[in-house]
Amino acid sequence: MNTQADLNYYYDGSFDGLLCCVFESYDKREIPIDILVDAAAPQLFSGRPVPTDPAKAARVLASIPQKLGPAALDFVKHAFLTCLPRKELHILLFLRLGYRHGPRVMDMLADEVVNTLFKAVNHLNRESHLLKGFLRFSVCNGALVGEIAPKNFVLPLLTRHFCERYPEERFLIVDKTHGMGLLYQPYQASVLPVADLELPAADEDEQIFRELWRLYYDTIAIKERYNPRCRMSHMPKRYWRYMTEFGAPRDIPHLRLASVGGKLLIPAAEAEN
Amino acid sequence: MDVFDKLKILTDAAKYDVACTSSGVDKTAAAGGIGSAAACGICHTFSADGRCISLLKVLLTNVCVYDCRYCVNRRSNDTPRAAFSPRELAELTINFYRRNYIEGLFLSSGVLKSPDHTCEQMIEALRILREEYRFSGYIHAKAIPGADNALVTRLGTLADRMSVNIELPSQSSLRLLAPDKTKQAIFAPMGHIQKSIQENARDIVKYRHAPKFAPAGQSTQMIIGATPDTDYQILNLTEGLYKKYKLKRVFFSAYTPVADDSLLPAPDTKPQLWREHRLYQADWLLRYYDFTAGELLDRQHQSFNPYLDPKCTWALNNLHFFPVDVNRAVYRDLLRVPGIGVVSAKRILATRRTRALRFEGLKALGVVLKRAQFFITCSGKAADGVKITENNMLRSLLSEKALEQYRHNLSLEQLALFGQPPILPNPGRAYEHEYPGGLKLLL
Repeated sequence: MNTQADLNYYYDGSFDGLLCCVFESYDKREIPIDILVDAAAPQLFSGRPVPTDPAKAARVLASIPQKLGPAALDFVKHAFLTCLPRKELHILLFLRLGYRHGPRVMDMLADEVVNTLFKAVNHLNRESHLLKGFLRFSVCNGALVGEIAPKNFVLPLLTRHFCERYPEERFLIVDKTHGMGLLYQPYQASVLPVADLELPAADEDEQIFRELWRLYYDTIAIKERYNPRCRMSHMPKRYWRYMTEFGAPRDIPHLRLASVGGKLLIPAAEAEN
Repeated sequence: MDVFDKLKILTDAAKYDVACTSSGVDKTAAAGGIGSAAACGICHTFSADGRCISLLKVLLTNVCVYDCRYCVNRRSNDTPRAAFSPRELAELTINFYRRNYIEGLFLSSGVLKSPDHTCEQMIEALRILREEYRFSGYIHAKAIPGADNALVTRLGTLADRMSVNIELPSQSSLRLLAPDKTKQAIFAPMGHIQKSIQENARDIVKYRHAPKFAPAGQSTQMIIGATPDTDYQILNLTEGLYKKYKLKRVFFSAYTPVADDSLLPAPDTKPQLWREHRLYQADWLLRYYDFTAGELLDRQHQSFNPYLDPKCTWALNNLHFFPVDVNRAVYRDLLRVPGIGVVSAKRILATRRTRALRFEGLKALGVVLKRAQFFITCSGKAADGVKITENNMLRSLLSEKALEQYRHNLSLEQLALFGQPPILPNPGRAYEHEYPGGLKLLL
């Protein structure tokens, strides 16, 4: 019989650490009040640190596709990246449900725990999908650099997309919220902690293309159909901060001159009317 | 003229083209190349009018030999003209693409000199992108009516999606407003593209490396509100296009006045956005909900209801179809319930395998109970406290704004004693035997 224990689990914040908490919960036949990362402030209830043991983690990891199916493992890995409050406890409860019901657990959407996790994972997937479009790169010394501030930890989900898109480029995507970065150079990607990063000022070519993009953005809208609410519901304002088209537009006449006959933009034959 | 001026002019001239989708094909960059595409499509930003911007949508040139009255680029319009050189456009595209501004290129053009010449210029721009830059991103190319079939075929092997605008929903409208274009000139390339796509599908089975022809299929668009064509005609045409030409999408564009012409709506006319919206709703019902055009509108009811969406209208017209039991009904029947969509219907199918669904559970699956409650039962039971009265249904199925407007118009009507078509069709039909509450449909 499982008992509701009066204590918190503390783990090291890694996925393996969380799997060890699952092991601990079964081992002690108890369900903790919450599962917290070590550094969290002491809570009202006493806590028990759960050390990360690779052997235990591997046992739990192997059991998930066996008992719950491969889709559930994928789901749990995604759930771990979300910004859901108390996601660790939800994952534990989800797994406990899954060990009892088997792969069916993935269809038990009417269950509160499953539903909460599903919503959180949907939020993660939606955010990562949006950022595939909303992310903006600047060209710095031949490399691409972009910044994002997502709520969920989406970098692992963006890796494949951007690596397949720009296989010959070097690029860095900085996640400001989590202090992490996705670094890629042909043909190798890694997610690393990134301290505060100061980007160098944009050079002339970069400025030109930013201005061209703003010009395009402003021109494509049909003013008779102006609908700011529709825009905001598709593209919430929290994304705008790092998007080129919402940067302060500056008039740069010398750049416009530079672009004529410049090495990047070859002037076209004028249209014959 | 520098690239800023050209971009401004040629974007301005292209903005009335509706399609900006980048969907329908999955690919990754070729070795040493750049660019990929996702079948679901990716929006890169949204313009101030709320439309998705996925592609760099420009004309190669806005010079045009035609004089279509509804078009900003018509020969007789006094507007600045410009043209990109193919290389200039390719470089602009690549530079936008590298910075992740766009998903690819949407290339259309006015007709410069001749359709063949224009088509060759477009091919050159796409060739530079595909061959010199090894670009695998999305390209949507517009076929130029009247261009040689061989050129259209070449364009199709370079592009992911092709489209031919049918411009106006009927031949008589076309004759009136676009005297230089004929139905034949529009449908010929559309048929040619469809044939090429079909042949290509066979070739790919035989030869694995056969060049792909427009792998993301074909689409089209038409202008609505510039001519007196009814929703019924437009929807039937749409259905026909999906069936006959196997189009991926049909787009509708509410006419925005661009010219002062006695044959066109006055320049201060507002675009009929609500009508466009209803047509898209109906379009979705055709493509994903297994409806037919004939079920949504008929000869007697040629226009969409301004207050109610097409699915709700159908439901109220066909109350004998309901209630649908969520624990037993097949997918197709679930889709017909207002408040249940593709996602929630699929979730219902999955979830009810584990345990019988109840009303509380439905909400968690994303069903909009406010609408659905009148039309469903859970294992034979109706929702608690649901009273099927006209007032309740109207309040649940109409948005607050629509309801207010409807009541306002209704009071005006009663004063005038003029009968506009009632909001709930087939007045007076009684469904008491199915609905104990008794629904009075007479308004």
